Amino acid sequence: MQRVFPFFLEAAWTTILLSVLTAILGVSCGILGTAARLSRFLVFRFLGAAYVSLFRGTPALIQLFILYFGGPQIGIQLDAFEAGVIGLGVNVGAYMTETMRGAIIAVDKGQAEAARTLGMSRWQAMRKVILPQAMRLMIRPLGVNINALIKSTALVAAISVVELTYTAQRYIGSTYKPFEMFLIAGVLYMIIIYIVGLGVAWADRKARIT
Amino acid sequence: MGLDFSVIPKYLDIVLLGAVWTIAITIGAAVVSFFGGIILAIIALYAPKIISWPFRAFSFLFLGTPLLLQLFLIYFGLVQIGIDVPAFMAGVIGLGLHFAVYNSELFQTSILAVDKGQNEAARTLGLSRLQALRKVIVPQAVRDVIPPIGNNMIALLKDSALVSVIGVSELTLSAQRAIGSTYRPFEFYVLVAIIYYIINLVMEAVLRHVERRIQVSR
Amino acid sequence: MSDQPPFIDIRHAQKSFGTLDVLKDISLQVERGQIVAIIGPSGSGKSTLLRAINDLDPLTGGEIWLEDKQINKTLPHRQYEKHINEVRQEIGMVFQHFNLFPHLKVRENVTMAPKMLKGLSEAQANALAEEQLTKVGMIERIDYYPSQLSGGQKQRVAIARALAMKPKVMLFDEATSALDPELVEEVNLVMKTLAEEHMTMIIVTHEMGFAESVCDRVLFMDQGVVVEEGPPEVIFRNPTNERTRNFLRKHLAGQAG
Repeated sequence: MQRVFPFFLEAAWTTILLSVLTAILGVSCGILGTAARLSRFLVFRFLGAAYVSLFRGTPALIQLFILYFGGPQIGIQLDAFEAGVIGLGVNVGAYMTETMRGAIIAVDKGQAEAARTLGMSRWQAMRKVILPQAMRLMIRPLGVNINALIKSTALVAAISVVELTYTAQRYIGSTYKPFEMFLIAGVLYMIIIYIVGLGVAWADRKARIT
Repeated sequence: MGLDFSVIPKYLDIVLLGAVWTIAITIGAAVVSFFGGIILAIIALYAPKIISWPFRAFSFLFLGTPLLLQLFLIYFGLVQIGIDVPAFMAGVIGLGLHFAVYNSELFQTSILAVDKGQNEAARTLGLSRLQALRKVIVPQAVRDVIPPIGNNMIALLKDSALVSVIGVSELTLSAQRAIGSTYRPFEFYVLVAIIYYIINLVMEAVLRHVERRIQVSR
Repeated sequence: MSDQPPFIDIRHAQKSFGTLDVLKDISLQVERGQIVAIIGPSGSGKSTLLRAINDLDPLTGGEIWLEDKQINKTLPHRQYEKHINEVRQEIGMVFQHFNLFPHLKVRENVTMAPKMLKGLSEAQANALAEEQLTKVGMIERIDYYPSQLSGGQKQRVAIARALAMKPKVMLFDEATSALDPELVEEVNLVMKTLAEEHMTMIIVTHEMGFAESVCDRVLFMDQGVVVEEGPPEVIFRNPTNERTRNFLRKHLAGQAG
């Protein structure tokens, strides 16, 4: 078992890298999606809703396959890692859109009314009154999205990216010890999730300093 | 290479058969995850520590690791123990177990949330602990928890695509078979995405209907 | 009686939600410096009328004028936004549930709008905030957060926040309805002070005693129309309309005089 451990560490690093890049893309898509869904233009609202519905309503694995295997047919050539980041990033972005939108909607309606009544524009009210309050509400749920995201990076094993799950499967084949390989990979996943969880809790605490 | 959707009709029957299998796996795993979830919840809450502890540890492990990794464990693990199950069974067990753990968390919260007074009323009428659980607490807890459980089942449908990786013949794998012959991944994966989406819409409509009917009986 | 155009002129105000008419052809003029009370049962449309004045809940028919400007003008979106934001700076509003900004201290609650919209410097805004908060008696809590204040204190800060924009008219939407009884008086005192300074005020309220002591005019609304109006002595002591009498009887029956 000791022989394979270094490979798992290396794979863990890939998983971490995947998670970070995907999370960044996911948050970006989430912000775009939320802006679209809250826009005053029907076109953007529709596109935003369609984005959320399609990407949450179909398996992430299929989205990955369309991008990686089907991409070349429409002129998109990505290596597996790139396809993984983009595919999973856009996918988790749909979930994050709903998380962010939910937090903004959860801010009491009276807050916007008070701000508008003082003479602030829609955007001024959003920037100074609504968003600061929505931020506090959205950090924990976004943490849940990120938690799921870290676990979903396992999907790229299906397109042969050498990360934790791929490595576990590979060495189950050669060592015939599925339980041990599962445990090594599993514990490493849980450590990554735990550390990220600490970060989220820290951000949550910071946001609530009042 | 471009797109050519005309290849689809020839393989439509294979793909639709795959869809039927996906629905079968989803229903099977959903049933396992539902009852498994209740059992796990009751063990976690009411069993003596020596029994509940290993189950809690197992739940902890399954909550914090990816489904795909768990599927590999169950598929290869069962073979190692000597139990040779067909991939289909491994898929249903793996999916079912994964979601049973998630459901168990929901059930535990819900059971605890059912008013303590309900338990007291039942016990003072003379019901035993198990009877009170079965007839009073669990039915109410289950009713409260239908919406999130329903959402888990819809997630289960989408995650069922993963069992294709361990060779289960369902929708995703059937697409891969068609792709093997036609070399047109885009067309078939998009087709399959549409089919998943439709099944998803149907499940959501059913869930909404069930939720509405539950509201009525409150 | 002046020859100037009325300060606030509501012409044939109408508001419907689908088939439901919440406001049915209401016309009303308020002079500068007048203190007007609007009373009535829930669902009478009194809050809706108040909230139409600064276009928070736009009317479906009719016009609202502030001096020489029409508030609910129909304009293309961008121009409308600019117009309404400017107009709202002249109309202060106090809400039943205060709506203070919880993530900001009392000081910032009051200084934010003047700084952002009137270009006041930090020092100017602070001076303004201190002046208004002193007036409402909340200067000592200037660096507190709203969550650390009682209901009455929050409402007084809300009044200071609205006053900091130097509005021409103040709208009060059941300002004391959400307060515990012992906290109502401190808010009423502030409102009385404003009245003595001849601020134009339109007050939607359930507090009959307060309305009688402070207001020049009382309007009784029911089911979307103004049923009766007049000076407080008449409305409260000797109403002419049967519905007004019924409402007052029912309403005062539960109060200990």
